[in-house]
Amino acid sequence: MSTVHTKAQEALRARYPQHFQAVYRGRIPAFLLALLAVVIFAFGVHSLDMSYGRIVGGLGELGSMVLRMFPPDPGSWHRTGIYTYAMLETLAIALLGTLMAAIAAFPLGFLAARNTTISRVVQFFARRSFDTLRGVDILIWALIWINVVGLGPFAGVLALFMSDLGSFGKLFSEAIEAADDKPVEGVLSTGGSSVAAVRFGILPQMLPVLLSQVLYAFESNTRSASIIGIVGAGGIGLILSEQIRTLELQEMSFVILLILGTVSLIDWGCARLRFSIIGARAL
Amino acid sequence: MNSPSTRSHAYAQAVAAKRRQIWLGLLVLGVSVLFAGHIAEISPAKFFDNIGSFSSYFHRISHLENGQWVISDPLEWFWGWKKWLALMGETLLMAYVGTVLGAFAALVLCFLASKNMTHNTWLVFATRRLLEFSRTVPEIVFALIFVVAFSLGPLPGILALAIHTTGALGKLFAEVVENVDMKPVDGVLATGANWLHKVRFAVLPQVASNFASYALLRFEINVRGAAVLGFVGAGGIGQTLLEVIRKFYYADVSALLVLIIATVMLIDAVTERIRHRLLGQERAG
Repeated sequence: MSTVHTKAQEALRARYPQHFQAVYRGRIPAFLLALLAVVIFAFGVHSLDMSYGRIVGGLGELGSMVLRMFPPDPGSWHRTGIYTYAMLETLAIALLGTLMAAIAAFPLGFLAARNTTISRVVQFFARRSFDTLRGVDILIWALIWINVVGLGPFAGVLALFMSDLGSFGKLFSEAIEAADDKPVEGVLSTGGSSVAAVRFGILPQMLPVLLSQVLYAFESNTRSASIIGIVGAGGIGLILSEQIRTLELQEMSFVILLILGTVSLIDWGCARLRFSIIGARAL
Repeated sequence: MNSPSTRSHAYAQAVAAKRRQIWLGLLVLGVSVLFAGHIAEISPAKFFDNIGSFSSYFHRISHLENGQWVISDPLEWFWGWKKWLALMGETLLMAYVGTVLGAFAALVLCFLASKNMTHNTWLVFATRRLLEFSRTVPEIVFALIFVVAFSLGPLPGILALAIHTTGALGKLFAEVVENVDMKPVDGVLATGANWLHKVRFAVLPQVASNFASYALLRFEINVRGAAVLGFVGAGGIGQTLLEVIRKFYYADVSALLVLIIATVMLIDAVTERIRHRLLGQERAG
């Protein structure tokens, strides 16, 4: 088919020779970049000891572990009770951590917003502190708080509090900055104080945004709270890591299913609440 | 017709209904907070007691053994910098290899998960559930399981990152693929192209810059993730961090934290520049 050259094709070829040539020249930088990526990858595979034998042996072991996970089985009713209580503790950690962070971040958010801060220096330092808080992973916060307050759910609550304070501070201050100025001017023009301007000018605009962010954070904190137990900061993660280490695989798969089920239940509930809050704003 | 008084009456009723709703919401919240506080064994008094111990902890990690402020003697503070930088390098490499493996798997699976590329509904459904499972289970849980199967070291960590990345990127990639312009696809199909040609010449040119941008974003996230995988023995700097925190080597804790935060910020800044260039190219082209 392509070997038949009609006159029209010849004419096109004569008129646009560049479109009938291979396009190698423009691709040299992209090619070098791809080569570099492959070289780094190969170096990584080599230096991180990802040998073929280890992978194949591990996959075999993994396969037999997965087979031993089925069917998921809590063992006994007594244990089911323990797991359920641990899951409740996880939810309690998530709720308290999120709520405390939201309450603390609320005034700090105003300090970190360009239009409501008391000085540029304060705003700058507030923003950088939030960045630092967020930059430390939640498991690291959990370890640090375990050193300070000891093992248990309290350390987990404080770990969630720290990393959420960072993200809420940033999100709240952005919501405040995005607020429309006109209601503020309106309140000020009636002789309202600056506190009144924030209360009646800014707050009604940002509250729905703020609440939906808090709900969203609660969802993701339910996930985080179920893993911080791995380092000893309360919740169901402790049970999970013990079961993996002692190879109680059927119980482990039950606990994983319990976590996944609870998380999707919370997701569903929060999505409904969020929808009703944002819907209320549209009315 | 509504008279002004009935209208204001209706308004007052609407406001009162709204207020009742808010009070009810606050009541539910209050009860659940009390219940949660009971379960998590927390009281306000306990909270305020511990604020002091946190500031003393902060004081200890910001001072050297000899009582000097850490910044006064950076060499003493970062005494283990050679070992730590090597570990940080290993962490970055783990994140890189995990991201590449995951992005590759996501690249293959995303076409199976998009309705406009795969017409077998069951295959689309199954691929989507698989991706969902891989991203819903936290990577540290995968790492815990893999450490048992593959033994300690970076390998289980990389695999955990790769699986989580496959799930997260597969979903994002599939959404991009479902939004492509189908006209080039029809054009390529009209020339008698097979499935692979269709993907290579009609779809990939439209989605490549978005894919690369998402993969870079995932790399950033994976650097953070890789830094803590060592907590469960899956390689990287986390293992050392766990040790110094558990053994109360205060100045080392702050040195390692500073190293990790600085690296994460550097990677964020670099990848953000690359992503802006990638997306800029798309707009120009």
